[in-house]
Amino acid sequence: MWQAFNLMLLVVVPVILLTLFFAWRYRAAGGKGAYRPDWDRSPIIEVTVWGIPIVMIGILATWVWDKTHALDPYKPLPGSEPLRIEAIALDWKWLFIYPDLNIATVNELAFPVGKPLSFRITSEVAMNSFMIPALGGQIYAMAGMETQLNLQADEIGTMQGRNMQFSGDGFAGQTFEALSMSQDDFDAWLSNVRQSNSHLDTASYADISKPSTDAPVRYFSTVPPDFFSKRVAHFMGMEHEHNPNVKAADQ
Amino acid sequence: MTENASLLLGRLGLDALPFYSWVAFSGALVTLAGGVGFLVLVTWLGQWRALWTGWLTSVDHKRIGIMYIVLALVMLVRGFVDAIMMRLQQAMSYNREGYLPPEHFEQIFSSHGTIMIFFMAMPFMTGLLNYIIPLQIGARDVAFPVLNAISFWLTFAGAGLMLISLVIGKFSTAGWTGYPPYSGVEFTPGVGVDYWIWSILVSGVGTTMTGINFVVTILRKRAPGMLLMRMPLFTWTGLCSSILIIFAFPALTVSTTMLALDRTLGMHFFTNDGGGNVMNYMNLFWIWGHPEVYILILPAFGIFSEVVATFSSKRLFGYPSLVYATAVIAVLSFTVWLHHFFTMGAGANVNAIFGIATMVIAVPTGVKVFDWLFTMFRGRIRFEPPMLFTIGFMCLFVIGGMSGVLLAIPPINYSTHNTTFLVAHFHNMIIPGVLFGYLAGYMYWFPKAFGFQLDRVWGARSFWFWMIGFLLAFMPLYALGLMGMPRRLETYGNPEWQPLLIVAFVGACLILMGIISLVMQLWVSVKNRKALVDQTGDPWDGRTLEWSMPSPPPIWNFDNVPVVSSRDAFHEAKLSGIPLPAAEEDSPLSVPKNSVMGPCMGVAGMCIGFGAVWYIWWLAFAGLAIAVAAIIGRSFVQSTENDVSFKRGATTT
Repeated sequence: MWQAFNLMLLVVVPVILLTLFFAWRYRAAGGKGAYRPDWDRSPIIEVTVWGIPIVMIGILATWVWDKTHALDPYKPLPGSEPLRIEAIALDWKWLFIYPDLNIATVNELAFPVGKPLSFRITSEVAMNSFMIPALGGQIYAMAGMETQLNLQADEIGTMQGRNMQFSGDGFAGQTFEALSMSQDDFDAWLSNVRQSNSHLDTASYADISKPSTDAPVRYFSTVPPDFFSKRVAHFMGMEHEHNPNVKAADQ
Repeated sequence: MTENASLLLGRLGLDALPFYSWVAFSGALVTLAGGVGFLVLVTWLGQWRALWTGWLTSVDHKRIGIMYIVLALVMLVRGFVDAIMMRLQQAMSYNREGYLPPEHFEQIFSSHGTIMIFFMAMPFMTGLLNYIIPLQIGARDVAFPVLNAISFWLTFAGAGLMLISLVIGKFSTAGWTGYPPYSGVEFTPGVGVDYWIWSILVSGVGTTMTGINFVVTILRKRAPGMLLMRMPLFTWTGLCSSILIIFAFPALTVSTTMLALDRTLGMHFFTNDGGGNVMNYMNLFWIWGHPEVYILILPAFGIFSEVVATFSSKRLFGYPSLVYATAVIAVLSFTVWLHHFFTMGAGANVNAIFGIATMVIAVPTGVKVFDWLFTMFRGRIRFEPPMLFTIGFMCLFVIGGMSGVLLAIPPINYSTHNTTFLVAHFHNMIIPGVLFGYLAGYMYWFPKAFGFQLDRVWGARSFWFWMIGFLLAFMPLYALGLMGMPRRLETYGNPEWQPLLIVAFVGACLILMGIISLVMQLWVSVKNRKALVDQTGDPWDGRTLEWSMPSPPPIWNFDNVPVVSSRDAFHEAKLSGIPLPAAEEDSPLSVPKNSVMGPCMGVAGMCIGFGAVWYIWWLAFAGLAIAVAAIIGRSFVQSTENDVSFKRGATTT
């Protein structure tokens, strides 16, 4: 970002300074500059003012092409096998499913430090945008559609994640804690989650789907197979359900 | 969904009155008081007849232009009240509720954006186009004067619906972009989103007709010798803007109509289930929405071009470059809409291409800034208020351009999208870019319209308040965005944000002073109009044709339509001392007659909109019937013009 910023400062700062300088030097009351009222063209200046922006944008364009591909959020991160996480946006909370670990959580996302994370993201409600600012960029969460994001934490710590896309009354409080922890701590966290009495099923999903703000953290020790994919797919059917709150997990 | 609707009043009931919060209730009272106060004032002054014949039924482009600008200034105040309320809320809502409940805060950010774009900026631009373009090209009126009045009245009807929503019912909570599925009936079942849809739908039809009107006017009504490459820059930018309107506004009409069909008739264009797809809306909306930005800013660029040449007492530098740059921007504006949703999960190739396309627009825009800079070079610069706004624009706009290029880089956009960085960016384009341009135009052409100048001191004060207020209000938002603060946040728990939000609130207060200064300027100038009177019709030593006639101009504009033989023809004529030659005209001079078509269509639009919002279907059909009857009735009117008898031969310089 700062490369692009500095490159543009090369043009922006002179423009601001020249504007102020010309305004002062050629002021009608007491300005000392020459006065050429009919001067309105100069091939050298014309070529320069078209040329400089073209060259600059040309440089930026190649840079954008490279960076957009290098930092594509869909691109798997190098390193060990990623931890797969499936995120579902609800009103106004996040459900995280760890399909390989067969657990799920609400509003708490834990992961081992240094481990690549591979997210599949969708929404059960309005459009949301999933983001953990300390780790990287955001990706929309949309009902009936699946988006992807790859992140990795390089340090141990607690970060805030949130929905960035306005989605209704509880939007302001739609945050969650992202906990980057050592492998040992993560294993302990995992066994803690597995001791939970709650299971993610039709009833508990209908329960957490009810709109609520500042929802407490919840743990589910089991998850039905393909839960995420079925939540994406059920919107593609033709059933006309208008109240998402009582919408049963139809399987 | 209409099961609770009664035949007579639809879903309108007593619960529609704004007793749910004291803030909303006071807003409704102020709106009501304003409306009633206006009616009482006109009655008390006994001016109903004069208002009706002189203004409301007038089809004179100058009168219509002034009415547009009055509407824009009123809505500017209304939209600003929303803005400062949001700033106050965020300044105090660290770890607590603030004074606005979420639902009210959401209505406010939705109405702020809707008003500022559709009912402040658009009417302001259309008003300036209306007043100035026929004068600049040597025309006696626009191509379709009655259509012009209808356009105004449909815009007025849209704005009226907006204002009514403050008193009866609630406004949308879905933001000015109305993204589904949130804006669908599943998540927002009330009337709010319907108010939003119908107010922009009704005014959007008017805007589309304005676009058609001005393309035809500029292409067909120019004075002899006014070749395209001799047209003043404001006319050029008005032409490009009008062409953009014709191509872009149908996309808005279609997307909002489809959303209305989803909401009202239970269709599934943009719903989550039933085969709908929300991204179709995003694409359609921004195919209008991105060109819309240029529809607004190109005429502002035109105003800056006129102002910088006039107040530098110098020919505009690089006229062909400026024209080509305008045209290039107009074409490119249709190629970048996807940059509004880089984060939808498209592949790197798609995002990179749209990112680069966006940055390419910086090239012609940069060229324009340089051309204005070199217009000032070796000039004689007079610091009248319009020029102050122009210099302020040049300094601030390049900062907004820079943040725009940063946002256009997809990897950066992933982090800054939906944050206050984005909010700061587009306000950086719209306040110093669009609004400073329109205010410069307002102060520049005011003496043409009213025959006396606006007070300089209050004008300069207004500029400085706007300039410093803008910096204080929006520079903190850039920083907050980089710190990860989302837009549209009613409360927050991050203590680092609050100091910056308090600075932003102070900035909003300074902008309030800027608006008060505008009001003071108008008040003081009207009071001192005798001292500020301009007898010459050319108070700034202008260069273009509008300065060649008395101020205010006669209803037929030009006693003799001039023959133009160069760019800045009026300036050349003044230098040489030889008046512009008069064109030969074969038909007698006539002006279009007043018409009730405008008010009829306005009433029709209002009935259709209000009826559709509240499911009062008889009212909506009555509105439709009024519109059809008016069109049929109009086709029977035989005599549409009055001949004007006056002695020709007066010189035009």
